[in-house]
Amino acid sequence: MAYHKITLTVNGEAEQVDVSSNMTLLRMLREKMGKTGTKNGCAAGECGACTVMVDGEPVNSCMMLAIECDGKEIVTVEGLADNGHLAPIQEAIIDSGGVQCGFCTPGILIASQALLDRNPNPSQAEIQEALVGNLCRCTGYVRIIEAVQAAAKMV
Amino acid sequence: MKPPPFEYYAPTTVEEALVHLAEHGYDAKPLAGGQSLIPMMNFRLAQPAVIVDLNNIEGLSFIRPEDDGSLAVGAMTRHQMVEKSELIVEKAPLVHETMPQIATSQIRSRGTFGGSLAHADPSAELVCVSVALDGEFKIANQSGERWVPAKDFFLGLFTSVLEPEELLVEIKLPPFPERTGWSLKEIARRPHDFCLIGVAAVLTLDENNKCQGAKLVYLSAGDGPVEATQAAELLKGQDMTDEAIRAAAEKASAEEIDPSSDIHATAEFRRHLANVLTRRALKEALDRAKGN
Ligand SMILES: Cc1cc2nc3c(=O)[nH]c(=O)nc-3n(C[C@H](O)[C@H](O)[C@H](O)COP(=O)(O)OP(=O)(O)OC[C@H]3O[C@@H](n4cnc5c(N)ncnc54)[C@H](O)[C@@H]3O)c2cc1C
Repeated sequence: MAYHKITLTVNGEAEQVDVSSNMTLLRMLREKMGKTGTKNGCAAGECGACTVMVDGEPVNSCMMLAIECDGKEIVTVEGLADNGHLAPIQEAIIDSGGVQCGFCTPGILIASQALLDRNPNPSQAEIQEALVGNLCRCTGYVRIIEAVQAAAKMV
Repeated sequence: MKPPPFEYYAPTTVEEALVHLAEHGYDAKPLAGGQSLIPMMNFRLAQPAVIVDLNNIEGLSFIRPEDDGSLAVGAMTRHQMVEKSELIVEKAPLVHETMPQIATSQIRSRGTFGGSLAHADPSAELVCVSVALDGEFKIANQSGERWVPAKDFFLGLFTSVLEPEELLVEIKLPPFPERTGWSLKEIARRPHDFCLIGVAAVLTLDENNKCQGAKLVYLSAGDGPVEATQAAELLKGQDMTDEAIRAAAEKASAEEIDPSSDIHATAEFRRHLANVLTRRALKEALDRAKGN
């Protein structure tokens, strides 16, 4: 099988990676780069656990090929903190109790950050709309929504 | 849960893409947003030997007003770009209202207008809406181009007139006549899921507020988009009274659609929903037609 060399930026660092054509962005992040924060849930776009930002947009990394990311800028959950200081959305989700088992959390953080980046003051309806692609089976969502509201106030 | 291996091409022009498609025929699949194709490959429901990636082709992503008042949309225009487009708000309000109903923000970041149509899923909103709007599809192959009306494009479940060596490149949406109203109503178990049933209505009034023409197109109601032509015929020339609306909704939901039963809903329940949604859609379209 053919391998392709791609160049991309992951969490601000320039990277060159050899990927096979059938490698998804999710697998590249987890298996080639050790960035296992991004989770493999359903592989079908239902759960959002694998959400990362590609050029600023939230994307399910299970449904994008790594090879499609040549020249793109990726942000994963590992890239949210700044020099060890958690981002406001990370602080807020801890403070509000929006994390239980934690499996959905990386995807939720990225989807929330993507929302806050384009809309620093989202309404509750806008938060719900932005997170509709992220399943959480523990929290019941209320505390997650509160966390996004709290993070919006922090920035 | 990973795609089988395949050969990968990333052409930068339509011509180049068509060469690869012609060479590999049924073994090849074009890749647009990948939001239907890649999950199918993850589950090995699709195992193309060759992927022809359309994402590097310049000039397939656009929303452009045409001289004749219609709107041209490039096949690779992402759902998210359509959702935010002011031109769509102005010239294709039914499409504007449809976009947020399609899947989730993650999926709309990648999914494309043309990919959704080429996929020909009878549950996809744009499939139904493109028929309701009398869209025209521009299809390219190595010997040239052809235009196909939306209503002739869809042949059945996930099947269109597209040959394996062809590409959908552009969709043309004609302008509404004056005094035209529109509506899209659907019921899904969760917002943004594929719906149990839905309907797009387009209604044009004459100067006496009688129905000059109506279109009712259903999604998740058969093997393709289902147009209720008899119900529309019942409305033609009529005052849009509650009675007339009820009769049309009855006709369409009882006789013209062909929904199936599954774990989520029986066919009978879907017919009931279709009846209610048709009435709501026609009333909303009526109010809007009067306002225009
Ligand atoms: C969880 C989930 C929920 C969804 N919910 C909805 C929903 O509620 N409503 C809805 O409408 N859609 C929904 N979708 C589908 C989504 O809108 C897809 O983006 C869309 O159906 C396919 O578009 P794409 O650009 O991703 O195409 P792809 O997945 O890349 O391609 C789909 C098919 O079309 C072919 N193709 C693509 N472009 C062309 C072209 N230009 N010419 C010829 N052939 C082409 C491909 O070869 C492939 O066979 C959902 C998807 C998921 C995963």
